[in-house]
Amino acid sequence: MMRPLEKGVANLEHMAAVLTAQAENDPNLLIVTSDSRGSGKVGGFAERFPKQLVEVGIAEQNSVGISAGLASCGKKVFTISPGSFLSARALEQVKNDVAYSKNPVALLGISSGVSYGGLGATHHSLHDLAALLAIPDLDLIVPADNAETEAALLSYLENPRPVYIRFGKKAMPHFYESSKDVKIGNISILNEGKDVLILATGEPLAESYEAVTNLEKEGVSCSLVSVHTLSPFDETTVLDLASQTKAILTVEEHSVYGGLGSLVASLLMEKRIWRPLGKIGFPREELVTGNQGEIFRHYGISPYGIESYVTKMLKKV
Amino acid sequence: MEICELKKRANRYRVKTLEIIKSANAGHTGGDLSCIDILTVLYNDVLNISPEKIKDPDRDRYIQSKGHAAEALYAVLSELDYIPADWVKQVGGYLSPATGHPTNNLPGVEQNTGALGHGLSVSVGIALAAKLDGKKYRVFTLVGDGELAEGSNWEACMAAANFKLDNLVVIVDRNRLQISGSTEDVMALEPLKLKFEAFGFAVHEVDGNDIAALKDIFSAVPFETGKPSLILANTIKGKGISYMENQLKWHHRVPTEEQYSQAMDELRQEKEELV
Repeated sequence: MMRPLEKGVANLEHMAAVLTAQAENDPNLLIVTSDSRGSGKVGGFAERFPKQLVEVGIAEQNSVGISAGLASCGKKVFTISPGSFLSARALEQVKNDVAYSKNPVALLGISSGVSYGGLGATHHSLHDLAALLAIPDLDLIVPADNAETEAALLSYLENPRPVYIRFGKKAMPHFYESSKDVKIGNISILNEGKDVLILATGEPLAESYEAVTNLEKEGVSCSLVSVHTLSPFDETTVLDLASQTKAILTVEEHSVYGGLGSLVASLLMEKRIWRPLGKIGFPREELVTGNQGEIFRHYGISPYGIESYVTKMLKKV
Repeated sequence: MEICELKKRANRYRVKTLEIIKSANAGHTGGDLSCIDILTVLYNDVLNISPEKIKDPDRDRYIQSKGHAAEALYAVLSELDYIPADWVKQVGGYLSPATGHPTNNLPGVEQNTGALGHGLSVSVGIALAAKLDGKKYRVFTLVGDGELAEGSNWEACMAAANFKLDNLVVIVDRNRLQISGSTEDVMALEPLKLKFEAFGFAVHEVDGNDIAALKDIFSAVPFETGKPSLILANTIKGKGISYMENQLKWHHRVPTEEQYSQAMDELRQEKEELV
């Protein structure tokens, strides 16, 4: 049964709080910024630990290369830059200097998806999951709330390895009691139902949660899963849930080409789980202008959009 | 190490480089041979590193940003017993541990390089880590001259000066040729010394194929406290093999049997003259 959710803070703000707390006892923890300390919410961290923040200026390629060098010397490195630039401009450094060279850097792609709203396509990252899912030795985590954010950061600190963690910037509700309820490397089952399985990643989990709450009131029984970890992908649990449902829907703040929807679709086809599958995300076109919420609603990343999609899918089952 | 012994080793590394290229039937012959003397002096006379110390946090680091000269690096590491000789017998071959660009799957290779314009940023990170930790190790980074058209190098140069990394020594293998022609025809680099100086480096030029001059220049780093050092090493592409020197076609070419035999004869003769 779905319960009302309390509001948390933006994942980005929680990220800064977690790193500040962790830096108290860990002089090896470094943050590398490319003129992004403000947008990364780490201005306070910089004031408190000036020797643990490395500023490289507006130079994303260099920021990733330098981070790789620092990590090769045992530093725990969090590299902060907008997801758009980190995953496109610095893609070769991510691929070669971090992943291929196995330098354990935590790449924090901030203000990702369409968080920048009206600033337009230069600042949107609709491609980052598609680009990075093809790179070996790079974990991919898209936290939906503060607990998942904290779990992702602590997971890296406990076992540093190359990882890209994708953050939006709006305040998110709490989906868990604490970060201990999140198992990085798995998916999280937030609700179990028999009619439809909804898999959401990142901030659209909030819209999905509200949609599931409404659908349950209308008598539609839904499973809701948070896919916070896309790589490694928890195939076993996804297949188990998929085989027990009538229809499947993925929801993501990303192109429907190459992200969660594509990942799920290829897995189900390969394993012969024949179910109707819907993908909500962004089409391969220049997106409409607007703030994040307006863009979400335009493309159906809204409680209404998700409910409508589920209702239509179930009519055809 | 004595200069005569260093010269003998450079000769041996040239032989080994050509053996690797011949057995792999592939390699960047010209750029390998231009930087062999630099590698010789670094690994035998400068770097605080040995096969026993490849994970020592206090070791000096050598980063080869011009990754296409992998055969030269493999030759040196193999001759100095970092890498088992068997591992570099089929560079780039099926299931070979050695790829055609440096891989840190091989002991002694610090970073994976090959895509150009990467090594300098990584080196800045390593040198910065030393400063943050109060460690004394140094970072030596070899970049190709053609590689300097990659803008990421200049981002790294700015950062090296900004962080006052006088524990970073960048060596430019200035052989003046790249795959399409002269560096000055493809994308003019000059005045290169002034560019690096403007970016905050202390710069010295040297004959990069003169073992004694290299030994002297490396003993003088850092050139200035608080500044990264840059050694503009004027070299000859294909150095040591008469018909390869300054010949564009030897950027990436494997000698025929006849050419290989002549190259080995020339190196044998040079070796005899060194005794």
